[in-house]
Amino acid sequence: MNLSAPLDTATPTPGRGVPFAGLRAWWTMLVICLEERLAYRGDFVLGTLMRFLPIVTQVFLWTAVFNATSRPDIAGYSRNDIVAYYLLTMVTRAFSSMPGLSGGIARSVRDGSIKKYLVQPVDYIGSLLAARIAHKLVYYAIALLPFAGVFFLCRGYFPSPPDAVTIAAYMLSLVLSFLLGFFMEATLGMLGFWFLEVSSIIFAYMLVQYLLSGHMFPIDMLAGIPTGIPGTTAADIVRWLPFEYTAYFPAAVWLGKIRGADLARDLAIEAGWVVVMAIACRIAWWRGTRRYSAFGG
Amino acid sequence: MHNSNRRGTGDGSAVIEVDGLAKEYRVYDKPEGLLASVRGLFHRTSRLVEALRDVSLSVDRGEFVALLGPNGAGKTTFLKLLSGIITPTRGTARVLGHVPWERADDFRRRFALVMGQRNQLWWDLPAAESFRLHKEIYRIDPARFDRTRDELVDLLGVRRLVLQPVRELSLGERMKLELVAALLHEPEVLFLDEPTIGLDVVAQHTIHDFLREVRSRRRMTVILTTHYMKDVAALCERVVVITHGSILHDGPLEEIVDRFTTHKIVTLDLDATPSLGRIERFGFPCEVDGPRVTLRIDRTRIADVLPEILRSEGVRDVSVEDVPLEEIVAELFRAAAPPEPAGAAR
Repeated sequence: MNLSAPLDTATPTPGRGVPFAGLRAWWTMLVICLEERLAYRGDFVLGTLMRFLPIVTQVFLWTAVFNATSRPDIAGYSRNDIVAYYLLTMVTRAFSSMPGLSGGIARSVRDGSIKKYLVQPVDYIGSLLAARIAHKLVYYAIALLPFAGVFFLCRGYFPSPPDAVTIAAYMLSLVLSFLLGFFMEATLGMLGFWFLEVSSIIFAYMLVQYLLSGHMFPIDMLAGIPTGIPGTTAADIVRWLPFEYTAYFPAAVWLGKIRGADLARDLAIEAGWVVVMAIACRIAWWRGTRRYSAFGG
Repeated sequence: MHNSNRRGTGDGSAVIEVDGLAKEYRVYDKPEGLLASVRGLFHRTSRLVEALRDVSLSVDRGEFVALLGPNGAGKTTFLKLLSGIITPTRGTARVLGHVPWERADDFRRRFALVMGQRNQLWWDLPAAESFRLHKEIYRIDPARFDRTRDELVDLLGVRRLVLQPVRELSLGERMKLELVAALLHEPEVLFLDEPTIGLDVVAQHTIHDFLREVRSRRRMTVILTTHYMKDVAALCERVVVITHGSILHDGPLEEIVDRFTTHKIVTLDLDATPSLGRIERFGFPCEVDGPRVTLRIDRTRIADVLPEILRSEGVRDVSVEDVPLEEIVAELFRAAAPPEPAGAAR
């Protein structure tokens, strides 16, 4: 059989040369994901309310810490700063946390539903992003009211609102933290191509991220902790990792801890991490699907 | 859209060309017992399984091919290779001029794969939404999309179901909507993996009629895997039998019946209950229920034996039938001796 001979390719290929067709497909995906998410609003309401519980214990803990010391601040944070910080990291996490993303990717590899994305002319990562944006938009719509209520009740803990530039930088840092969280956890989920079970890897990641992102305590507090490497503190190491942008960084921006040139530099670094993780995610997808195709599908 | 070519046999231009296609998997043995499991942490024994071995095949535009074979024969592996989900260990394949596993978008817009139990429809939304998404993904012209969708939906009689969330539908209803979704972009090649599995007879019939009609309207090439001979008899002129990863037979359905049928089934309604000894002279008695007797008679002897029965016995009614297709195929599968184990343990 001579396979180099051209086969019938005379039939016109549909969809060629349609401007923005990819974008329109993506937009339709987003709208359809929105419709799907709205089917689960009840689940969301409960989930949102539960998020406020841990912060109450944090407030009690830090109140006890400040009562036990005569210092007015710890690592530059007053008692009020600490409460404000925790509330603000909650906002960041509302952007950067991706519940079910890694596990969902790994599951679709295991149960084979990933095949759909190999057969159809559609980009898997793009679809995941559309689904996640829809997920978040519905979440914000529902969470806005309880969030506003809590922030109103706790308004006394906050310093006076920052200037417009800081607010703009804050918004940008939040959007970037969403993208960073998305690409980090999507990449993690792609490990499902190599490992049958990724839930313990995801659990380990969650622990590390909780500790190093500033979700547990402001990472400035690591500044005094030696690492054994001369001239390097734990905070320096954390600075070299992307985690702080998924909780600490936006909160610190709002509280005015990072300003001017430092702010611009850190925003650039955050954007850089987004690009790096997006590329890592794409490479993981390429290699993963190649492995999947070779090993059985 | 083509309305001619109702027979649907190929027109000589190959849309699928497969040469020496082989797929091997490495499987790891998981021995029983705790001790063996601990040992398995350090040293795993594996062996190669040949899911498909050197399959060559050419399918013309418009052909409707059934892929038959027992479970694990390599049918689904073959469809996965042709739709680009997996890459082969050896060999080449061209579908619509493309190497499937390169997964070019140009290729992916021109074929469809329907797997019986996997759904491309969104579970919590009405099928209409999934259709809308397909319109964008496959970049279907809006007017053409409306026309195609209405045509397909009406052919299957599922118009009122498209606005209901998919999770509320029955298996048969879902399968019909899956087919609509798969055909919206008017694929030139359609791969169906057990499309009628688990469906009731009515739903099976509807799907048969639908596939026949769609294929006659477009010159679509279809490859179907199934375990139901009804699907084959209703739809396919050409049958490819795969056992143990190799093609055992490739030809028209009648050829299989011809080649692998050795007997005819003769059912007699006699005046009285016969003695076993009397009727055993004619052939093997499969069933004796009073005066109603079913015999298996060698095909080469039928012309001699039948007149003799009619002459010597009091026969009220007689029917002569082929052995059911199921039995022929079951016999075919059994006859294919399992090959030597592939690949040695490492």
